[in-house]
Amino acid sequence: MNNTYYGKLIFELSKEGRQGYSLPKNELGDYCMENLPANLMRGKAPALPQVDELTVVRHYTNMSNNNFGVDTGFYPLGSCTMKYNPKINEEMAAHHAFTCLHPLQDIDTVQGALEVYYSLQQTLAELAGLKEFTLNPFAGAHGELTGLMVMRSYHLSRHDEQRTKVIVPDSAHGTNPASAAVCGLDVVVVKSRPDGTVDVDDLRPLLDDTVAGMMMTNPNTLGIFEHNIAEIAKLVHDAGGLMYYDGANLNPMLGVCRPGDLGFDIMHINLHKTFSTPHGGGGPGSGPVGVRQGLEQFLPNPRVIRHDEEDGHYYTIGESDNSLGYVSGFLGNFAVMMRAYTYLLTLGRENVKWVGPLATLNANYVKESLKDCYELPLTGVCKHEFVFDGLKDKSTGVTTLDVAKRLLDYGFHAPTIYFPLLFHEAMMIEPTENESKETLDSFIEVMRTIAREAHEQPDMVKSAPHNTPVRRLDDTKAALDQIVTYRELNG
Amino acid sequence: MTYKFFPHTDEDIRSMLRTCGEQKLEDLYKDIPGELVFKREYDLPEAMSEVEVRRFFDELGGYNEPLTCFVGAGCYDHYSPAVVSDILRRSEFLTSYTPYQAEISQGTLQYIFEFQSMMAELTGMEVSNASMYDGCTATAEAMMMAVANAKKRNKVLISSTVNPIVIRVVETYAKFHGVEVERIAEENGVTSRADFEDKIARDDVAGVIVATPNFYGIIEDYTGWADLCHEHKALLVMNCVASALGVVKTPGEWGADIAVGDGQSLGVPMNFGGPYVGFLCTTKKLIRKMPGRIVGATVDADGKRTFVLTLQAREQHIRREKASSNICSNQSLMALYVTIYMSLMGPDGLRKVNELGYSGAHYLAERLCATGKFEMAFPDKPFLNEFAVKTNLDIDDFQEQCRFMGIQAGLKIADNTLLLCVTEARSKAEIDELIEQVEQLTSQEEN
Repeated sequence: MNNTYYGKLIFELSKEGRQGYSLPKNELGDYCMENLPANLMRGKAPALPQVDELTVVRHYTNMSNNNFGVDTGFYPLGSCTMKYNPKINEEMAAHHAFTCLHPLQDIDTVQGALEVYYSLQQTLAELAGLKEFTLNPFAGAHGELTGLMVMRSYHLSRHDEQRTKVIVPDSAHGTNPASAAVCGLDVVVVKSRPDGTVDVDDLRPLLDDTVAGMMMTNPNTLGIFEHNIAEIAKLVHDAGGLMYYDGANLNPMLGVCRPGDLGFDIMHINLHKTFSTPHGGGGPGSGPVGVRQGLEQFLPNPRVIRHDEEDGHYYTIGESDNSLGYVSGFLGNFAVMMRAYTYLLTLGRENVKWVGPLATLNANYVKESLKDCYELPLTGVCKHEFVFDGLKDKSTGVTTLDVAKRLLDYGFHAPTIYFPLLFHEAMMIEPTENESKETLDSFIEVMRTIAREAHEQPDMVKSAPHNTPVRRLDDTKAALDQIVTYRELNG
Repeated sequence: MTYKFFPHTDEDIRSMLRTCGEQKLEDLYKDIPGELVFKREYDLPEAMSEVEVRRFFDELGGYNEPLTCFVGAGCYDHYSPAVVSDILRRSEFLTSYTPYQAEISQGTLQYIFEFQSMMAELTGMEVSNASMYDGCTATAEAMMMAVANAKKRNKVLISSTVNPIVIRVVETYAKFHGVEVERIAEENGVTSRADFEDKIARDDVAGVIVATPNFYGIIEDYTGWADLCHEHKALLVMNCVASALGVVKTPGEWGADIAVGDGQSLGVPMNFGGPYVGFLCTTKKLIRKMPGRIVGATVDADGKRTFVLTLQAREQHIRREKASSNICSNQSLMALYVTIYMSLMGPDGLRKVNELGYSGAHYLAERLCATGKFEMAFPDKPFLNEFAVKTNLDIDDFQEQCRFMGIQAGLKIADNTLLLCVTEARSKAEIDELIEQVEQLTSQEEN
């Protein structure tokens, strides 16, 4: 990352008459677009920039230098599993034999791609302890929505129309209730106990014949394993509901537990978290949804089906009559699947089982090394992540936001802050299995330094960051001005 | 467990466990009831080296067949400048998260602002969000936005000329969201005006979804549609092929309230269906009803012009079940893809791309019809680079023969109807090769 702010917009580099493309000559110029009726054509050309190729290359290169990625430095963003994105994944995802395929090409000419899809979903099924996955959903939130549609379809198939209630713990991600609402379901919140796990006594009275199911992450957003999971699953199942596993926190379970074995019926996985595909500044991700046996019929169309014959096997793309419908145009974010499949082939069965334990070791190591300076509301072993409730000493007035911003000065990304909502000064830290002891030690050292600075120079910490390309931004002004295009900025 | 993605030496593990007050790695899982722990080996293949992984995908790739593509139908084989994929590999863009920490994410925030600006230009709308998953889900989000805006209405009309893959996603979302979707009939390849007027007059419609160009490649005339929608308090939603908006009348010019679609046609590789990038643009008035992320301009503590995620009070992490959508992120890297593409192409390049597609498609259409085996499905309708033809040939046989020659000859959309598309990536020689196949098949039949 470059600490000098670049800050220009491509529009500001535009000069009429410049071009950055090369196109073939029109050999068929007699067929002239001017023949189209003028009233169906746009009045004037879009005001896009006019720039030469090198200007474009420098512009976006300079812009990238103001960005921080996993390749730049440690990224302990809780709940986001910012693990290393292996380079071989990128190379395979760019393989021309796959990138050149049109999604509606004849089935005989895409057998390799369909094998990737099928094999990846089967690999995920083995890791999750479930029967079948759809890889069609585009992201975690999209997977959640798809999973809830599966849940609703199951109940409707049993003429259980009244089952519209989804139980969500108070520590859940905001996406859980939002997805339920989009799916037309009603959200009911179940309380956590002081140890951060679901309060089973609070759950019991919520369970009646209007319950569609319960959504949980395990470990939960506090990094705590829900040790009552077997009892919870039994209660929900006895009430006729289904258990939904939000796979956001799947990473520490690799090699340790499988959601299907814990009693979950439906789950989504974030390939961009657990299976190392890059976050890309917010996407594209991929949110495969898996189900236990009996629920496959409800998965979204289209589905990839394998046919085994004596002399080999082949794949077709099929549709199921009981399917919930369609959540994507084609078969999802295929190039993201290429990356995740490459990752899993590279890891293999002998390495994938260490992902969870090493991620868990890293998290516990950081937690134990900092709990004398930062407030640790929940003691005991955590899984892949844990939450501090701000600095231990609150007298300095230095907040979690200030600590986060000061971390940027030291070349670290900030943790997830002010989530979960259970604590006022939440600071959620997730170091992945890829980080070395040395990296963690330097992070720990910096966190201790900041705790010291909070005492000695609180104003300096409160006005951090100081060494980044730009200083703290005025969020209020952005919301008031609502300038969201260059036209508005310029006019 | 020495492995290239695990930096832990045995000594590291021992010393870290000591800090945690534990003896062995298993102790970190002592809170998990034993019967829930997975005890066998995963039934998965052993680890592959990079040499083996490359060989594996080379071999698997051999089961795919790259074809000269004359199919569109929602995914278009356009040329993309070499610059785009090269910049996309920059890890500062590739390996970053959603730009929550604006001080170290100006790169991402700036290109999203550029993306929003360009999409607003292209669609002729006032504002754009930071992108959506794809064109289908963007249209479904627009459907929910129309319903939320109307408050007491829960019916949406969708034209039968919208791409069926879009319609089926909209219908799926609608079914679960409690929205009634009614189709407007098709008449000679375009949306029936009479059916639209009849249905909108019932005053129970929250939104109307139409397409430009439509599924058959036809540029429909929507004169007066927006006024009629607004008269009956409904929003007009237009699903567009992004690239075509470089030349065809924009949703803004038609008076639409929401413009949605897929940005794939802006040079994004076909990639067997994804990732692509959806867009959703609207009017300033509806900005707070818009789903997804939005980037706005502001200043930092030193007064420098900077960019930041804004209007987050609409979003799921604040409003939970009351949010305008459950979308948490955008299709950021693909938004960067089309932003760089549009920077390089500019208004002129985008026009030339459309001219080349127009010329190739009209040449192909004319030559196919000249063989006597095809006729235009909708002869009097204007189209850009995609068109439907009717034929008495057995389409399956014809496509199979073409495939044998390495050509994907369009998409069969009915027993006797073929949808074909030509982009600037198709040369005259390739088009002639396709026509040659018709002539050969015809002469075979005659023999």
